[in-house]
This record gives sequence, structure tokens and C-alpha cells, in this order.
Amino acid sequence: MSTVEAPGKKRAQIAARTLRTDNWRGYPIFVVVVFTAWVAYATVRAMMGKYYWVDEYHYLTPFYSPCVSESCVEGSAHFGTFLPKLPFFIPFAAISLPFLLLFRLTCYYYRKAYYRGYWASPSACAVREPHAKYTGERRFPLVGQNLHRYFWAIAAVISLINTYDALLAFHGKDGGFGIGLGSLILLANVVLLWGYTLSCHSCRHIVGGRLKNFSKHPVRYWAWGVVSKLNERHGQFALITLGSLVVADLYVALVSGGAISDLRIYN
Amino acid sequence: MTEIERHSYDVVVIGAGGSGLRAAIEARLQGKKTAIISKSLLGKAHTVMAEGGAAAAMGNVNPNDNWQVHFRDTMRGGKFLNNWRMAELHAKEAPDRVWELEHWGALFDRTKDGKISQRNFGGHEYPRLAHVGDRTGLELIRTVQQKVVALQQEDHREFGDYEARLKVWAETTVTRLLVQDGKIAGVFAYVRETGRFVVLEAPAVVLATGGIGKAFKVTSNSWEYTGDGHALALLAGGTLLNMEFVQFHPTGMVWPPSVKGILVTESVRGDRGILLNSEGKRFMFKYIPEVFKDKYATTPEEADRWYDDPDNNRRPPELLPRDEVARAINTEVKEGRGSPHGGVFLTVVGRMPGGAEEIKRRLPAMHHQFKELADVDITSEPMEVGPTCHYVMGGVEVDPDTAAALVPGLFAAGEVAGGMHGSNRLGGNSLTDLLVFGRRAGMGAAEYVDALGEDRPAPAQEEIDRAVAEALAPFEREGGENPYAVHAELQQTMNDLVGIIRTEEELKQALEALDKLRTRVANVSVQGGHGYNPGWHLALDLRNMLIVSECIAKAALERTESRGGHTREDHPGMSAEWRKVNLVCRLAGNADDPRVELKRQPMEPMREDLIALFDNDELKKYLTAEELPAEAKDAAVTTKEGDK
Amino acid sequence: MSYQAKFRVWRGDDGDGELVDYTVEVNEGEVVLDIIHRLQATQAPDLAVRWNCKAGKCGSCSAEINGMPRLMCMTRMSTFTEDETITVTPVRTFPVIRDLVTDVSFNYEKARQIPSFDPGDTKPGEFRMMQQDVQRSQEFRKCIECFLCNNVCHVIRDHEENKPQFAGPRFLMRIAELEMHPADESDRRQIAQDDHGLGFCNITKCCTEVCPEHIKITDNALIPMKERVAGKRYDPLVWLGSKLGIVKKGQDTPSA
Ligand SMILES: Cc1cc2nc3c(=O)[nH]c(=O)nc-3n(C[C@H](O)[C@H](O)[C@H](O)COP(=O)(O)OP(=O)(O)OC[C@H]3O[C@@H](n4cnc5c(N)ncnc54)[C@H](O)[C@@H]3O)c2cc1C
Ligand code: SF4
Ligand code: SF4
Ligand code: FES
Ligand code: FES
Repeated sequence: MSTVEAPGKKRAQIAARTLRTDNWRGYPIFVVVVFTAWVAYATVRAMMGKYYWVDEYHYLTPFYSPCVSESCVEGSAHFGTFLPKLPFFIPFAAISLPFLLLFRLTCYYYRKAYYRGYWASPSACAVREPHAKYTGERRFPLVGQNLHRYFWAIAAVISLINTYDALLAFHGKDGGFGIGLGSLILLANVVLLWGYTLSCHSCRHIVGGRLKNFSKHPVRYWAWGVVSKLNERHGQFALITLGSLVVADLYVALVSGGAISDLRIYN
Repeated sequence: MTEIERHSYDVVVIGAGGSGLRAAIEARLQGKKTAIISKSLLGKAHTVMAEGGAAAAMGNVNPNDNWQVHFRDTMRGGKFLNNWRMAELHAKEAPDRVWELEHWGALFDRTKDGKISQRNFGGHEYPRLAHVGDRTGLELIRTVQQKVVALQQEDHREFGDYEARLKVWAETTVTRLLVQDGKIAGVFAYVRETGRFVVLEAPAVVLATGGIGKAFKVTSNSWEYTGDGHALALLAGGTLLNMEFVQFHPTGMVWPPSVKGILVTESVRGDRGILLNSEGKRFMFKYIPEVFKDKYATTPEEADRWYDDPDNNRRPPELLPRDEVARAINTEVKEGRGSPHGGVFLTVVGRMPGGAEEIKRRLPAMHHQFKELADVDITSEPMEVGPTCHYVMGGVEVDPDTAAALVPGLFAAGEVAGGMHGSNRLGGNSLTDLLVFGRRAGMGAAEYVDALGEDRPAPAQEEIDRAVAEALAPFEREGGENPYAVHAELQQTMNDLVGIIRTEEELKQALEALDKLRTRVANVSVQGGHGYNPGWHLALDLRNMLIVSECIAKAALERTESRGGHTREDHPGMSAEWRKVNLVCRLAGNADDPRVELKRQPMEPMREDLIALFDNDELKKYLTAEELPAEAKDAAVTTKEGDK
Repeated sequence: MSYQAKFRVWRGDDGDGELVDYTVEVNEGEVVLDIIHRLQATQAPDLAVRWNCKAGKCGSCSAEINGMPRLMCMTRMSTFTEDETITVTPVRTFPVIRDLVTDVSFNYEKARQIPSFDPGDTKPGEFRMMQQDVQRSQEFRKCIECFLCNNVCHVIRDHEENKPQFAGPRFLMRIAELEMHPADESDRRQIAQDDHGLGFCNITKCCTEVCPEHIKITDNALIPMKERVAGKRYDPLVWLGSKLGIVKKGQDTPSA
């Protein structure tokens, strides 16, 4: 800040991309492997068009919820089938899956993960990124990340539907109440989905973060406190729900396809 | 000849700590073109390290608090050696200065009704320290730093230049004040980054350079604290007051060796921390001195009740003024009841109702510091602590109202100024001291500049040439000594011979040793270039540390009593006669090799209305019989009524 | 208990320099800054390093140790093995003055462009603020201005050309601090996006990873700011509302 003329100013010239000696590649590799595998699995399953409903116990996989196409098997469509029969590449849950995808794509945690993992921007802290230019989230399409709050609102509605599905899955063989491993898995999945959805940064903002004076809004302050606590684990919820979705879906698929039979606890 | 840049200002402030920045803000608010010079970057000055809080009698927590009570505490803490006018101004103005910070954006911790919360601290009768967790100094310096920025933004709007009226010279070190015809004419400095020299011409200079801790080996102070302001004032013809009073903070870290001396804040004790010796005994009860007997608890039970019910119990002896606690720890260690690394134990384990969580919340910085530096978890293990050189009460002799030093145009505020704290500073009084007297110094300087009019002294070329030669001398000398080695020896000498407990014999040895060091300091040499060369910087700082050390040792030898931050083993008592005496240092003799000269100077008697704030019984402990207001007592009461 | 450690320290000025090898004594309980000081006192008296408090409070001693941005005074030697070579370089994002010392004036310039606290008409002493209202900004005010976050942020670390448009996490956090300050009356959302580059941040969280004060910069300052900006600029409902006159638009504060 002083004006007495200083020598020519250059950064320290160090050729190495990074001098880090720890295992910084671990996280980006983990992200690429897990996400790629997950997307592959989800794509295959969403387009499969079968093994998504167990009529005996009313198990519906979240990948087909809500099932709204005329192709949906009987009983699986809890909200009517207002879409016609669809070509194979459009999933039966055409009104929810795209939004869930956008919800996760614009999620602050996933953004961090895929910017680091797929885009190497940066792969890890203090590791030089390979791009010549960088403009961040200031232009189309990335400026769209700012719409996250809307996708969150839609996702919250879908979570409600998933909850409804999970409750219906407490269905016994003889029509009344029943509990099987499947119903428990679907329930656990829904609880985790709520954990993920409620711990969202947009949710935190809407619930109370946007206020300047908490003391004037004690209820919202309390709610903000709860969401903030959850929010500390948002990244964990994001990863765990990937797993729980696959487990729930796979279980339903296996039972539905007859590969295994559901482990019944009650009725 | 080296090319030297020149700039001119109305006011130059040396130091960018709390006092320097506050002074600069004031000078700028008075419309003066102001420069701030700092050895390090903006916002890194020592003030950033203050932890506990800023003492101001706002009465937010206990409404009984007011300036009179604060004034009394300050005088008691300083053992009545304080400049009473400074203590009065400080106690009266501190609340306004704290509120002003809030108006500039500071966020202190709050009480339930939304006011600034205040905490207990050693020597303060009521909870009085405005604080933010244990990082109050950071809040203070950041706030004034941001106020400086706010003013620069105003200037930017008005003149299109942020630095039109307020410029920060970061990483620039002043080595000489330039004096013309006995008046301040400017400062001479080098820029760290390049090693180039600058002259800032200015009729008024405010010293706000902080303390002298680096003259001691075990210290809580950073490399900046080399007594520059003290030495600069002396070299310019100013005087230093009562330099024998050096505060050793009772609780510095003692282990690991590399962090020895780093401070453990007093809030640990204010927040229920207790001191134990190696036998597990809470030893402070043994060390309550006569003058404080009726104010401190005599049993652990009473002491523990005090934290929750301070009105009906006396305070725990861990909260005695710092000098008492430091001496007690020293004695415990000397008598063989110390901890493994030569300190005592300080613990909060199991002492907070909220358990480990509460410890982490109330003492986050300490938790962090011990975890990271010593691998000690203070929620489950005790800390090891011992005394560390912390603060110098002595400093430049100034006028209380304007902060003007003896040299016309020179002002001083903050730790570098003397008088305010007497023989011992209370915790928390420094931060508000910085603000109160920083502001007054800025105003004093502005008024002085106004009074001076057009008639500004200009620095003489030969003086600048001398300053250049002096600064470059370490490069010229071949094969001289390494400055680091000389510095280490100076620190060792001061630590061993002029430390907490002093004797005539050791002080004489110290003076001899310092005399020898003088020739070695004059003979250090450095290698390398001029840009950012730490060896060179240290070589230049050595001059200052040496002068200051000499003042301390001389004054310590002269004062044959024990009081506050000065303890003479051979003169253990406090003497009412000595209370009337200020010891004043100046430089005399040959200008090229000046010597420290010491004079006794009578203390000005306290104003009657202030004396009347104390009981006669208490006054008897400090004042001589003739000073006591025996019959004046009645007179004092009438004047008080007359005031109304 | 003491051993000889292998150090590689970047030496040089004007950007061109090299890693120089040293072997130096290390004792129990020491931190990297101690070792650098030992080098200074014994082998390299003119080795330039910036430091003040040696207790992690002033934020002067920022550097990169084995490639990671850290405070030298808070990096304990016991976190390395005895046969490890420890590399110490200056922070990379700012120009070098000499050896480990860099010119961090970028940060002070950015600080000046952010409009200061604006108390409106409240007079000193009149503020009444509740603890829960000041808490959020207090977290950000723990910042010791070590600038490690600005150093590690890839937006400027890897793209010098973005410097004029990007204030860095430290100062975007300063904006968040003022936005959340219960007594502040300005609205800095617009300039956060337009002048100070909030949109550059892709929330990859490196600033949070390196912050020695463990401030949750990304989660508690940057993302909430992004949300506030989204509410102001990118929210179609808000846009519609303001067109219809249902949502009131406040005054935007220009950069200083
Ligand atoms: C660890 C610690 C904890 C403390 N805790 C508390 C507390 O809780 N409460 C309290 O009230 N007090 C506390 N204190 C004391 C208080 O912090 C200091 O006394 C006070 O900050 C001094 O402020 P200052 O403005 O006088 O100087 P400083 O803040 O030290 O600033 C000195 C400035 O002068 C500059 N300078 C020095 N020499 C030169 C030169 N030659 N040329 C140019 N510039 C120069 C420096 O660069 C620096 O900017 C504490 C002190 C320490 C060390
Ligand atoms: S989170 Fe944003 S500001 Fe922080 S380092 Fe990453 S890109 Fe930079
Ligand atoms: S936010 Fe953290 S990393 Fe950034 S400057 Fe402040 S203390 Fe340093
Ligand atoms: S869902 Fe991840 S931030 Fe909203
Ligand atoms: S020296 Fe102050 S933070 Fe390291």
C-alpha cells in the first residue's frame, strides 16, 4: 500500500500443478465413479418400464412415483393416468423425474461435487485447474442454478408423494395393514429424502435465513435453527439418499420380478 | 546519496493499533490530512491479540456501576500512582468510546435486553468488560480499521482518491523523529518491502507504537514491541515516566517451549477457572494482601458462590490484580510446588455448569489455542501457565487532556504513553485507554496544527542525512556480530535480572551487562539487500530496546519499594513517600552516544473531589499522613455539594 | 527428542526463484514458523517471512506448506513424519515481494470498495440488538484476514484476469456480514453480484477448507448471499411481484 516504488510484481513461478502430497485425487475420483454408476443405473431402471410395482404389498419404487402414464400397471397409479402411453425413452414418472434431476443438478452440494469431479474446476483445493477461462455461474446456462429454490419446492411436493407411497406400502397380503422389509426400506428412504430436502440451502433461506432480525420471528428462528443443524449434514444426506434410492428401487425390482420374496414381519 | 521520497501531512500517526487508528480517525475528522504508519500490515497490530475485553462503566449488567467506581478500581489497581486526571478522563469517557465503536459496526456480545454484555475481570468491582467471546481486540481493531476505510470512501466520493486525506503506510518503520528548533518537523522511515527511505513532513506526530515486551525473553508480545515509540520520544527530547513498572501477566503458556509466553486470557479466571499447584491445592487464598483483605473470599465455597451471586459474596482470589497473582505463581514455583514445565495449573475442567460445551462456547480462542499449539484439550485437562512479560505501564510523559508530550508537536497515546495505569494496569483498561486517549491525541494534534498556522518547521537536510547514515550503518560494518545473538542476550539479561522479582545487586549487574551490550549493539552487521531484510530490521530495533531496557533497569534500581509491577525483594513494602514520586527518564550527553538520565519528579496531589471518592481508611494504606484529607474531608463534602 | 528435518523453502524475489533445500533442527512442540525462524537465525539471516503474533490471531504468516495454504504458526511439526521433506512456498495468488512474503494489497483494495456499515439514524448507545441477531455476523467477524481463502479460491488463483471483477470469499463474506448485521440499513445484493463477482463462485468450498478460524464461509456466507441475490434478481415470482407493485423494491447501495 505504500507508494515507494516496489520491484516488478509477479507471482511465485512454480511449475508443478500442485505441491500437495496428500491424497487429493480421492474425492474427485470417488465422485466420478459413484455418480456415473448411479446415473447409469437410474437411466436403465427408469426406462425399463417394468418391475416397479409389487401389487401384493403395494410397493412402488420411487423411480416410478407418481406413475401417471396409461402404461402404468394397475394399482400403481395413485394419482390417475393423465399421460398417454409413452415412447420407451420417456419414463412413466415423466412429471417428477425431470424435476428431481434438476433439483439435484442445481443442489449446492452436487454442484460442488460435479464441478470438482467432472469439470476439474478445481479438482481439489490448491490444485491448478486445466481451463483457460473461467466465468463461473454468471451466464447461461449456469446462471440457471439460481432457480434451485423452485426445484426445491417441486421436490418437496414429490417427497410428499413418496411419503404417501411409503405409507401405502404398509399393506398386507390380505388387504389390511402389514409390514415387510420392503415397507421398512421404503419408509427409511423417505425419511432420508426428507432429511435431504429439508436440509437444502434454499430451504434454510426460505425458512428464516432471509430475515435480518431473528428476534422478531421466534418461530421462524427456531425452524431456521433446526434446518441449519440438518444443513450441516446436507452433503451426507445427498450421498446417502443416492444409496437409499438404489436400495429401495432394487429391492422393489427384485421382489416384483420374483427374484426374491419379500421378508414379511407382520401380515 | 540515496534518493528519498518526501510527502507532507498535517498529522502523522506512528502505529496502527487501536490507539493509532483512533487518533488518525480523529485527526481526519478534524479535517487534517493524516498519515498512519505501521511496521506491519493494517489490522495486524498488537491490539488484535487482546482477548478479554474493554472496560467501560456502562452499567449494563450491574446498574450500580458508574465512572466513579471505575475510577476507584483503576486507582486501586495502579496503587494510587496513576495520573489521576487520566484515570478520571478514562473512566468518564470509556462508555462513549465503546458505544461509538458499536456505531461504526462492532458487534459485541449482548445482554438479554439487547445491550452490550459486560464480564467480570480482575480488579474490577462490577462486570465491566464489553467483549466478544475472547477476541475483543480483534473486534476493536477491525472496527476502527473499517472506520478508516469508511472515511477513505468518503474522501473517494469527494475527491476521487481514497487516500486524499487519510493514507496508511503499511510495513513502514520510523527510525527517527525529525526535530527542528525544538519542534517536531516530521518523521524518517524505511519501507520494509524495498528498504527505501521516506520522509513524511508533519508538524504534529502522534506516537502509538505500543510496548516493549521484546526486550524480555518470555513475553506475550510480538516482534513489533521493541519500544520504538519510547526510544523515538527520548531521542527527540521527550521524557519517559515510571518505566520500572512492567506488568507480568500471571498466565502465559509455559509449554511447549516455542510458544512459551503466549497469553492465556484472564477471562479463563473470570469464567470460573482456578489455579492449582502440584499438590492440587487452590493456593491463591494464601496470597491475599492486607489492602485487599475485605474484598476477596477466604474460602473456596464463598469464592465459588460469587460467580452466581456477586452481591452477597466476596470475589475469588484468582481475580486479584495481575501483579499479585503473578507473584503468587512465582513463589509457588520457587518453593517447589510447580507443574512439570515450571508453571502452575489453571483449570476449568468440571467448573462450568454447561460442561465441555460451555467451555468451548465461552473460551473458543483458548480452546483452539491449546488444542493447536500444545495438544491440550482444556475441557478435560488443566493448562500449565506461568508469568509472562505483558505490558509496560511506564511510557511517554504526556499531558492528560491533550496527550501532548514535552516536545512541541509530539503526542502519545496507548501503551506507549505513561501515567494512566500507575504501577499496575487492570485488565481491560488498555483497550478503552487506546480509544479515549487515541481520540484525545488526535484532537490535541489537530488543535496544535491549527494553532501553529502557516509557521511549520521544516526538517533539516543534515538531520535526514544523519538518519540515513544511522539506518545504513549495519550494512557498512564488516564482520560484526549477528543481531539475533545480541538480541537473545539482551532478552536473557532483562528476564533474569530485571524480571518479576528484583534486587539491588541484580539490577546493578543488569546495568553493567547493558553497558557492555551497548558496544555490541553498536557493532552488529547484516548481510543481504535492503528489501524485506529481517536481520537488518532487528539490528535497527536493537537500539530502541537497549535504551528502553536501560530506563527500566535504572528506574527499578532507584525505586526502593515494591508497588504494582515493580517488586524489590530487598524492599518488600509499599512506601507512602515513594508514592509521591514519579521517576522520569531522559537522554543526556553527547547526541551521538546519549546516556539515560533519571530524575525524581513530585506527583501532583489528587483533586479533592476525587480524593473524596475514597474512604479515609483506604487512603491511609497509600497516602502519607499529611496527604490525608483528615479535616479536608468535610471540605471535600461541601465542594461536592457546591458542585450541584 | 530433537531431529534434523528436511525443508525446501521457496527463495527469490520478482517471481523468479527456486526451492532451496535446508536441513534444520526441530524440537518437540515446534511449529513450522519456529523452523523458519531457526533458519533465519542460523543459516539464512535474510530469509523474508511475515509474522506477528505467533498464536494464530493476526493472520500474517500465511504460506503454503506441502502445497496447502496454511498459517505457519499454527502448523505443528508433529503433523509430519521425521523423514518427510516439508515444502514451504509463498501464497500463489498474490505477487511475491521476497521469499515467503507476498504483496497482499489486492485485498486491501477490495476492502475499500465495499460500502461500509450504515447505521441509519440510530445514535451511538441506542442500539438494542439481541444475541441471536448478531450471532451470524459475529461468526464472520472472527476473520483474522489471513487471506488464505482469497489465495486458494480458484477464481483468481488460476485466473489472474478475474481479479478486477472478483472480491474473493473474504470480501463477499464481508458483504454477507453487513447484510446480516441487524442494524445495517443498506442493500448490497446488487453490487455483490455485479461488482464483486458473487456469481463467479461455484461453491466448491476451498475457502472453507483452508480457513484457520474454521468459519463456514461457503455455507453460512456465500450460499446465503447467493440465495439473497437470487431472491432479488433471479426469482421470477419476485420479478412479477415487483412489476405488479406487490413487492416493494428498496434502494440499492452503489459500490464505494
Ligand atoms: C496477548 C495480549 C492480550 C491482551 N489482552 C488485553 C485485554 O483483554 N484487554 C485490554 O484492555 N488490553 C489487553 N492487552 C493489552 C493491549 O492489547 C495493548 O496494550 C494495546 O493493544 C496496545 O495498543 P496500541 O494501540 O498502544 O499499540 P499496538 O496495537 O501494539 O500497535 C502498535 C503499532 O505501532 C506500530 N509501530 C511500532 N513501532 C513502530 C515504528 N518504529 N514505526 C512505525 N510503526 C511502528 C506497530 O506496527 C503497530 O501498528 C493485551 C495484550 C496482549 C499482548
Ligand atoms: S467456495 Fe466460492 S469463493 Fe470459496 S473458494 Fe470456492 S469458488 Fe472461491
Ligand atoms: S475468512 Fe478465514 S481464511 Fe479468509 S481471511 Fe478470514 S480467517 Fe482467513
Ligand atoms: S438440495 Fe442441496 S442445496 Fe438445495
Ligand atoms: S503469526 Fe499471527 S497468525 Fe501466524
